[in-house]
Amino acid sequence: MKGNEAIAHAAIRYGCDGYFGYPITPQSEVLETLEELMPWETTGMVVLQAESEVAAINMVYGGAAAGKAVMTSSSSPGVSLKQEGISYIAAAELPALIINVMRGGPGLGTIQPSQADYFQATKGGGHGDYHLIVLAPATVQEMADFVGLGFDLAFKYRTPAMILADGIVGQMMEKVVLPEPRERRSQQQIETQCPWAATGRHGRKERNVVTSLELEPDKMEVNNIRLQETYKRISEAEVRYKEYYTEDAEYLIVAFGSVARICLKTIEDARSQGIKIGLIRPITLWPFPHKEIKRLSEKAKGILTVELNAGQMIEDVKLAVECKIPVHHFGRMGGIVPNPGEVMNAFNEHFPEATQNANL
Amino acid sequence: MAKIKGTVIIDEQRCKGCELCVVACPTDVLSLQAKEVNDRGYHFAYSAHPDNCIGCASCALVCPDACFTVYKITTSDNI
Amino acid sequence: MNQEDIIKNGTVVYSRPRLLNERNTHYCPGCSHGVVHRIVSELIEEMGIEDRAVGVAPVGCAVFAYNYIDVDWIEAAHGRAPAVATAVSRLNPDNVVFTYQGDGDLAAIGTAETIHAANRGENIVIIFINNAIYGMTGGQMAPTTLLGQKTATTPYGRKADINGFPIKMSDLLAQLDGTCYVTRQAVHTPAAVRKAKKAIRQAFENAMAKRGTSVVEIVSTCNSGWKLSPAKSNEWMVANMFEKYPLGDLKNV
Repeated sequence: MKGNEAIAHAAIRYGCDGYFGYPITPQSEVLETLEELMPWETTGMVVLQAESEVAAINMVYGGAAAGKAVMTSSSSPGVSLKQEGISYIAAAELPALIINVMRGGPGLGTIQPSQADYFQATKGGGHGDYHLIVLAPATVQEMADFVGLGFDLAFKYRTPAMILADGIVGQMMEKVVLPEPRERRSQQQIETQCPWAATGRHGRKERNVVTSLELEPDKMEVNNIRLQETYKRISEAEVRYKEYYTEDAEYLIVAFGSVARICLKTIEDARSQGIKIGLIRPITLWPFPHKEIKRLSEKAKGILTVELNAGQMIEDVKLAVECKIPVHHFGRMGGIVPNPGEVMNAFNEHFPEATQNANL
Repeated sequence: MAKIKGTVIIDEQRCKGCELCVVACPTDVLSLQAKEVNDRGYHFAYSAHPDNCIGCASCALVCPDACFTVYKITTSDNI
Repeated sequence: MNQEDIIKNGTVVYSRPRLLNERNTHYCPGCSHGVVHRIVSELIEEMGIEDRAVGVAPVGCAVFAYNYIDVDWIEAAHGRAPAVATAVSRLNPDNVVFTYQGDGDLAAIGTAETIHAANRGENIVIIFINNAIYGMTGGQMAPTTLLGQKTATTPYGRKADINGFPIKMSDLLAQLDGTCYVTRQAVHTPAAVRKAKKAIRQAFENAMAKRGTSVVEIVSTCNSGWKLSPAKSNEWMVANMFEKYPLGDLKNV
């Protein structure tokens, strides 16, 4: 099935309580699949087509404030519209899952794939000091798996998580093993798990208020410090990445999402010519695998980042290696996806010595 | 003949002296303190003519700060 | 008969509702918000729904509504209260969900959320405080500001050719199939307060009976913004606001 369809199936099976979305290419299949599957008849999951992305994310805010496992999905221009709501969700320390199946921008841009929302996703996106947990799937299987992972992390840390997919993995069809279906949590389980939720008092002595507003600077700073402590805990415990052919690698490519798969083909071709390149694929884009990239780069002579943008993740890679080795960028924009040969050409351009030294 | 008597207790500290109760009172019971103020600096409402009160709760109904407790009793003339 | 005797032998005809907590409100003296907060507190208590009620607070003067009424609350982004309420109501249908919004929140930045929640017939109550001005930010023009009315951003009076016309949101909302009850009330006299309370009671009953969206507009005063005393504000409201925003039910099905 398509990556977008896998998300819909996985959400139902996870026991998701509600999905609120607004159609936008290339991710409309998420809402379409959910409407077709009618989970309200089986699991009781609410599915609603909102009047806008703004309304959809605020429905997510409301549902999350009630302790429910709620999600939305959109694509780049729509995710820009959601930023206000995402900032509120982060500030109010609510768990939620947001999916961005990226298309090319800026502006209305194109409906073709892109990875140009890396900055927006990993550096905050909306106003204020906050982070999202950002998961970058490279396969349809990961599209399905990251729904559960995203929700689990969101609830564990009471913070919004984002699946940052590109249009390729959203539209691509692959075999997928869907997760085992789980029951939705009962209202009692929700109130136990989320004692802060606005569920109606139900005999509770103290009322619950979900808000991000605090006009007293001292208290607002405390709120900010608490958020930063959460981000520190996440950074220490939740970094995820995959490495390929790194053991003997003299050069590294760092790429995320479906681009990493193109790069893997490049690397395999290069290795057949004796050029030892390894691949690092960050799975969590935030927290970013800074330490891991630093460690893996210690024996390397240079790094090429490959992204469907003008060079965004490269900034994190440069920070990771502390400028000890050259880091170059290769990217295509506007919805163009490079083939493995183009990546190889870019590699050769930046690291001509690699080919010259190869044992041909 | 039965006669209705009422009285009000005003939370002086909560009162913001908006005067809406004074306007609403049909029997001119209430007035604002001319000089005295509460801890928050408001000329609070008080019963200037308590004997006029009929316990209609008009003051309480228009009070934005829920300062009033209103009591009422029905008496007969021979008491 | 002195005061002590009346208190001792008489009956309490009015006392502060239990759900309106002890905090002093941040509202200006004479502000209509206080009266509406009190009515809502009384109703939630009288209807026995404090365990089920969830309020959604707006941005504007009522942003701190959650500080005063002792039920669960969610503070929404500016204008988004009906979207937030939609999700809460859909996900927990046993909740009695109400939004509490001013004219800027409901009629300007949140027009889309308001119209679409009402058009979907969400089983929620929308309490709409229309005082024709932005109170919290210092008295700027609201979408409901009357023609000729002076505000901080219409210092020479609102002019239609520059600022457009005052919007009659309740009239718009009454046209939608999703609304079951749309009414316009005020809280300037004891009789008006009784009527407004009755209207909000019906709105809550509609939500509990899943009849659709109920909208209770309260034509209100903002004496600070209008630069009048509270009593004069009521007079100004009667003389000027009621012509554009006449009181009464616009829809009751």
